[in-house]
Formats: sequence, structure tokens, C-alpha cells
Amino acid sequence: MSTLTLASKRRRAALRNLAFLSPWLIGFAVFFAYPLVSTVYFSFMHYDGFRPPTWSGTKNWTYVFEHYPLFWPALRNTLWLVLVMVSLRVVFGLGVGLLITKIKTGTGVFRTLFYLPYLAPPVAATMAFAFLLNPGTGPVNSILEKVGINAPGWFNDPSWSKPALTLLALWGIGDLMVIFMAALLDVPTEQYEAAELDGASAWQRFRYVTLPNISPIVMFAVVTGVIQTMQYYTQPLIAGKVASGVIQGAGTQFEPGYPDKSTLTLPQLVYNLGFQRFDYGSACVVALVLFALSTVFTAFLMRRRGGLIQAGD
Amino acid sequence: MTHVLDQPAGATAAVTPAGRAARRRAVLEWIAVHSLGLAAALFFVLPFVFVFLTSLMSDTQALSRDLVPHTWEWANYKKVFDTPGFLTWWKNTLLYAGAGTVLTVVSSLPVAYALAKFRFRGRNLALMLVISMMMLPPQVVIIPMYLFWAKQLGLSGTLWPLIIPMAFGDAFSIFLLRQFLTTIPNEYVDAARVDGCGDLRTLLRVVVPMAKPGIAAVALFQFFYAWNDYFGPQIYASENPGAWTLSYGLESFKGAHHTDWNLTMAATVLVMAPVILVFFFAQKAFVEGVTLTGVKG
Repeated sequence: MSTLTLASKRRRAALRNLAFLSPWLIGFAVFFAYPLVSTVYFSFMHYDGFRPPTWSGTKNWTYVFEHYPLFWPALRNTLWLVLVMVSLRVVFGLGVGLLITKIKTGTGVFRTLFYLPYLAPPVAATMAFAFLLNPGTGPVNSILEKVGINAPGWFNDPSWSKPALTLLALWGIGDLMVIFMAALLDVPTEQYEAAELDGASAWQRFRYVTLPNISPIVMFAVVTGVIQTMQYYTQPLIAGKVASGVIQGAGTQFEPGYPDKSTLTLPQLVYNLGFQRFDYGSACVVALVLFALSTVFTAFLMRRRGGLIQAGD
Repeated sequence: MTHVLDQPAGATAAVTPAGRAARRRAVLEWIAVHSLGLAAALFFVLPFVFVFLTSLMSDTQALSRDLVPHTWEWANYKKVFDTPGFLTWWKNTLLYAGAGTVLTVVSSLPVAYALAKFRFRGRNLALMLVISMMMLPPQVVIIPMYLFWAKQLGLSGTLWPLIIPMAFGDAFSIFLLRQFLTTIPNEYVDAARVDGCGDLRTLLRVVVPMAKPGIAAVALFQFFYAWNDYFGPQIYASENPGAWTLSYGLESFKGAHHTDWNLTMAATVLVMAPVILVFFFAQKAFVEGVTLTGVKG
């Protein structure tokens, strides 16, 4: 060992780092950097996958923003989902997390039951909800009507399809429940005891002790919720497909968004433009809009490093 | 309040009026909390129950608004298994999920180890890029990726475009493993080095045994990811039913069986069941993993 000079030692360390990182370095180049650059390139090209790509300037961009009939509805739906679905999920997740920390009998059973729906594969869970909420034979509407409530059309009604998706998202609250539960158990008990001695009510203890302690986790839940909403694809697509009754692979093409564009999200547009209309250029424009939006929120998440990255060594 | 605190703890507290009031409040709170818990449990469990009950109904009853089957048609499950393709979808799903999980763990572990334990310039940048990749919606790069796999390599109609990339590290797995590895004290790594272990030996002999829960969590997440993936098979495998996975095939099931909710729900149960079974065997590792991604250590 003593014969090794400092320089060669350093070279060896660099080689070692390179060797350990190599799978990811290749993956980064081939599956991230190259396709990202290529997406930008194609967004300025006219390309249908058969004839060679030709330069089309900003045509794809003006098409998507001004003429593509699905773009703005998809963006509006995304905004709705961010405002309603994400906030309800955070509030409900915190509520269920609080509840589980208060449950003293059968805690393990309750926790497992609350957690299970999160595990249901999205396609299966969406099919299940499409059945449960179907206006014809669905058990939910049967029960509602027995009680005398005028049952909505859920996935078949443009103004109820997003609330139905929200219900599905609340059912799968397990991930947030676990995260909030861990955060709630981390709140120092002395602070609660001190507040109780000062005569604080339950609400005051929640407002002045619990909330300040878990606010980084609430923030984390909101931002990751927004990022997940940008990627929201399988559930709205399957819900629309099943409710519309279009048969896959029977020569008919499913125009996403059923009913009346109300379940459109941005990722579905990439599929619609690229793989149904064979307009790869415009699909890349939507992909870049999606990229810009998710990057903004990812950057926001990374700035609050404390919540996401623990100091390594 | 101070009354209660002044009392010696135990039975005597209940005798005083203040103690009795406190106790009654505790009982009432117990009842309130647990009734709320039961209501929530119904919300989470009833969908499973209705799906399962419907999967056992006869064809005609599935068209009615009944909630409970008159006759229990277990043969529905056999019918689902006999559907052409169903067993192929199972096989494909196991291949995608199984091979994908092994490849992901093997390729992500050294990267995560380097990011957690080596010191080098650009490490923070690398970590930030890993997180960016993790947060990237797959649709952003799908057009060039599809052209690459389908037009240049001719691999459309197979699951290889989904499996091969997993040999090159998965961002989420790298991130989660790195979070876990940073919790292993450096002294263990240093001690192994002093004993003359090379870096690879240290990783395999010292770090891996200590990181088993983290590795288990990553493996589970990756398995579930592949099992649940709809977009990937839709892009690459849709043209060839012989390459479909369960998550992708399930939806075509509804199309083929139109209004037969009973068979569709039986198929749904069969897609959900393995995931839930796996979860029961590995509950601890899984929940640990969920917490690890969200909460600072």
C-alpha cells in the first residue's frame, strides 16, 4: 500500500466511484437525458412515424395551445384535481392518521384494514369502483335509493366523474395515513402535557402543538400529491373506458375523457396524440408542458431538503 | 385538574369525584374513537366485500340490484381461469415483476451505496438528478423511448422494453435504498476496510446483511410497481395479446364480458389477491419503506 502515490490513490477512488455508479450513469444517459433532448427536438418536427420527420417550427406548439380540443379541458381537470382531490386526501389522511393513533383496542387490525385499499392494483381498484358506482346495478346507488337519496350518475355524469375519482383516491389513503401516523407519533409528549397543564382544549392542542410539529410532513404530502396528480393516468382512463362501454381492441378507438372530457388528464393527451393520432410532434409538446409543471413542483420539494433528504455521509 | 395530579396514582383516584369524571371522560372518548374507527373500517372494507360477493353471483343475478348472492357460483373463478389468455397474462406478469425486481435491486444497490457512503465531487448533484428522475412522469419521454424500442430495436409487442431498463438502476429504488443505507453507522464500513475488505466485499458481506429491511422494501415496491403497471404494457405490449400482463388484460376482460359484472369482478379479485397476500407476509418491511420515503431520519 505504501508504494501507492496520492495521485494513483485518487485515481483508484474515482474509478471505484465510476464503477459503482455505472448502472445509473448509463440509465441516466439512455433513459432520461437522451429522450428528454429528443422530446424537445421532436416538438419542432412534423413526424407520423412513417415518413421521415420534417421541420415544422412552432406549428405543433400553436396547434396544441390553440386548436387541440382536449388540451385546455385536461389542464382545467388537473387544476380541479389539485385543488379538490389533493387537499381532501391530505385532510382525510391526517384525520385517519390521527384516528389510528387514538385507537387503543385492536390497533393492528384497524391499521391493516385502513391500509389495504392502497395496495389494490389501480386497474383493479378502478374496475371495482366503476362497478360499485355504476348507476344501473351498483350497490352504492341501490343503497342510496333505498334510503331515499337521489343517486348521481358518478362515472357516467360529467359533473360527478371527478368526485367519483376523488372517492377512489380517498379509499386508497394508506400511504398518507402511514406517513402521518409516523409523524404524529414523533411529536414530543411533553409538549402535550405542558399544553394540558395550561388548560388547552383538544382543538387548541391540535392547533398549537400537533400542527406546528407536523407541518413539514403536511407540506410534503401536498407537494407529492400535486406531483402525483400530474402523472394521474390509469384511474381516469380506466374509469372512462369502463363507464363508456367501449370495447378494447374491437376496431373502435376510445377517445379519452369520457364523459364529455371530464376525466382527461395531461398524460392521456400524450397517448392520444402520439399513439392514436400518430402526431408525435404535438405529443412531445404536451410531454414538455407536463415536464415543466412537474419540474416546478419537484424543485419546490427539493428546496425543502429537510423533509426529503437526510444528511448522508 | 391539579386535584387529579395530586392524588397518588391508582385506585384511589377513581373514588374522588374529579377522578370519576376523568374516568368517565376516558370511557366516552374510547367509545367515540372506536365507533369512528368502525365507521372508517366499513368505508375501507365494504368495497372489497361487495366486489367479492358480486364475483360469486349467477349471470342473471349479477344483472339485478341484489347485494348478496342467492347461489354461490364458485365456478365463476374457474371460468375466469379458462378465459383464453388469462394464464398467459399471469405468466407475463410474474416475468415482468420477478425479473424486473431482481434486476432493479442488483443494479440499484451499488449506486445507492456510493451515494450514501462514498465522498466525491458531484454527489449532491447526482442525488438531485436521481430525485428528478424519480418525479418524472413516464409520459414525458415516452415518444423517443417508444421510437427507440419499437423502430430501432424492433421490440414492440414484448415486455423487454419494460424489463431491460431495470438493469440500469431505478431512481425510486436508488433513493429509498440510499435513505436506508445512510442510517448504517460508518464505523461498520470503516472496520471492514481496516480488516482489508475491498469495497465490493464490504457492500456484499457487511452492508447487505444490515440493509435487508431496506432491500426487502425496495423489492416489494418494485414488484408491486410492475404488477400494477398499466401504461408500460399499453405502450409496448398492446399489439400482441400474448405479451399482455394482468393489469392490462383485466380491462379487456370487461370488454369481452360486457355486462357480466360477476366474471369481471372475479377477475378483479384474482388480480388483487396476490398483492394482498404478499403484503400480509411482508407487512413490516413495506410499511417501513413507505415511512422511509417521506420522513426525515
